[in-house]
Amino acid sequence: MRLARSHVLVSIDIESVASGAWEVLKRLKEEISRRGLLEEIKVLETGTLGVTGLGVVLAVYPERIYYGKVKPEDCPRIVEEHFLKGRPVQDLIIKEEVVRAVRRDLIGPMREQKRVVLENSGIIDPEKIEEYLARDGYTALEKALSLTPDEVIAEVKKSGLRGRGGAGFPTGIKWEGARKASAMEKFIICNADEGEPGTFKDRLILEGDPHKLIEGLIIAGYAVGARKGYIYIRGEYALSLHRMHKAIEDARKYGLLGEDILGSGFSFNLEIKEGAGAYVCGEETALMESLEGKRGNPRIKPPYPTVVGLFGSPTVINNVETLANIPAIIRKGADWFRTMGTESCPGTKVYTILGDVNFPGLIEVEMGTTLYEIIFGYGGGIKGGKKFKAALVGGAAGVFLPESLLNVRMDFDNLKQYKAVLGSGAILVMSQEASIPKMLHSVLYFFRHESCGQCSPCRSGTRELYRISGHLLERKGKAEDLNTMVKLSEALWYSSLCPLGQSLIMPVKSALENFREEFLPLVQ
Amino acid sequence: MEKVKVLRKYPPKRDNILLILHELQRLNPNNYLTEDDLRLVSQYLSLPISEVVGVATFYSLFSLKPRGKYLLRVCKSPACHLEGAVSLLQEIKNYLGIEEGDTTDDGMFTLETSECLGHCAEAPAMMVNDEVFTKLSEESVREIIDRLRRS
Repeated sequence: MRLARSHVLVSIDIESVASGAWEVLKRLKEEISRRGLLEEIKVLETGTLGVTGLGVVLAVYPERIYYGKVKPEDCPRIVEEHFLKGRPVQDLIIKEEVVRAVRRDLIGPMREQKRVVLENSGIIDPEKIEEYLARDGYTALEKALSLTPDEVIAEVKKSGLRGRGGAGFPTGIKWEGARKASAMEKFIICNADEGEPGTFKDRLILEGDPHKLIEGLIIAGYAVGARKGYIYIRGEYALSLHRMHKAIEDARKYGLLGEDILGSGFSFNLEIKEGAGAYVCGEETALMESLEGKRGNPRIKPPYPTVVGLFGSPTVINNVETLANIPAIIRKGADWFRTMGTESCPGTKVYTILGDVNFPGLIEVEMGTTLYEIIFGYGGGIKGGKKFKAALVGGAAGVFLPESLLNVRMDFDNLKQYKAVLGSGAILVMSQEASIPKMLHSVLYFFRHESCGQCSPCRSGTRELYRISGHLLERKGKAEDLNTMVKLSEALWYSSLCPLGQSLIMPVKSALENFREEFLPLVQ
Repeated sequence: MEKVKVLRKYPPKRDNILLILHELQRLNPNNYLTEDDLRLVSQYLSLPISEVVGVATFYSLFSLKPRGKYLLRVCKSPACHLEGAVSLLQEIKNYLGIEEGDTTDDGMFTLETSECLGHCAEAPAMMVNDEVFTKLSEESVREIIDRLRRS
């Protein structure tokens, strides 16, 4: 999917149509096509934009510029000046007060977000390093190189940034651990093996702003004392692989990667490794096995990667979203970062909203935003005016949350109180018509398929859970099966080697506890 | 020989094995790794053949049997499941007359399922070789298959 640089919304309502909205729309599309901007500027028809008495109204996002009384003959000017040259047409712009008084874009994708890691996604051309440079790109690297590695780590620690891969471990502490480890060689790995069902946040960062990730990686390398970094991208992400390869090549040409970066004496290189379709490789130690060219079987922890990691050396492994936060933290400071989010979880979080909502998609909002706001504000509520039933939060290794928990504030610690997790940030919404037993069965199929088979609790347990769940759906189940499922998932939690088997307890228990009434008819 | 060229692109270190296997598989018109490929990799990286086979069979993107010109990988993860991936898969099976994992007799299509492809906001989704198709319906998959057949 190609991300558009701007979206133009054309109001189509009784008033604007009478003022010639269809003609404006047609002309606008012609001009955009004539200028070769079809890929960059998306034109959308929309209902009323809430501005009355001003004829045909256009709204341009992300700039949030509103044009009023637009005539077809204004279109060439708007396209040439605004979209081509980046100079909004002043005499057509509606005064901000007018717009603010009537603006109705409080629902759906146009609702205001807090964008840090996605600040450039969809705005810059990701294949042009110049566009990233023009938006303060690589200035954080320059600043970091003027500090000592310990100062960089102190700033990241102070920001309170926690790992966005799901576990929420403080990034600065992880870096410090690897910095203090004494070794000849250290490594940085970016975990871009995004495979959690319902998650595509990392893909959009890789595709939409690859240089931000590279900048984060170089800074991490400098702080930790690594000269080599790897980006492990899943093999299915063809476009991400292409864009990252191009970005690394360009960064090298500009002297931002390689020997003596920006004359600082610090040298750092990056290499891309391509995964080959194994969910378990998203687990950090399995990923390192895979990166070393082996089967992706998880290692026993401890020792942790910061002590014994890739090729036996101290290694920091961070998620894409975590690293994409680093440039802004260094550039604007830890204090700025802490103005967003909650006390124990500062900053923003990227969520993917999916399933039975009006506006499925990707949003970035502050930590601590409620589930209700995410689903009904940004997601636009349930499709077809149906009733909300459940949200599977955190991907397949997540938790089925019922309506009573819609007001829960989303951050790592707060969700823990409700035995839930933030996980990858996937929010799969189910309406009254969805069947929780069927969804759970689909989740169990996934785990059975992706268990790597190394440890027997997970290998056998995932099969057995899937078998029982299938029996339930065929109405062949027995009353004690529900308890057996809970007990099995508890056994997996205690005895599995890695988080894959351990996390099964979350969907199983939450489905059976929060939606028990849907399972009971299956065992009668 | 082209295969040797692929090998030479990478230093003979074990951590390059996935990249090498990917390239060798892409080189094959039937999109799979032959016994010959695996032996070559084993020699080049000085690894026992069992290790190479172990790696190749661990990862779902590699195949040790021939596949069609077009590899259809239908996403079966929960988001696509919610949007009707199961009936979609059935429709493709009926339309191609094959089961999951099989290849059509004319060697055009292989049908596989996949875990999350990361296109959940546009579910249901499938990949055809390197290209992703989204918001699929029973009609649109038939159209896609017809179009590929003609091309």
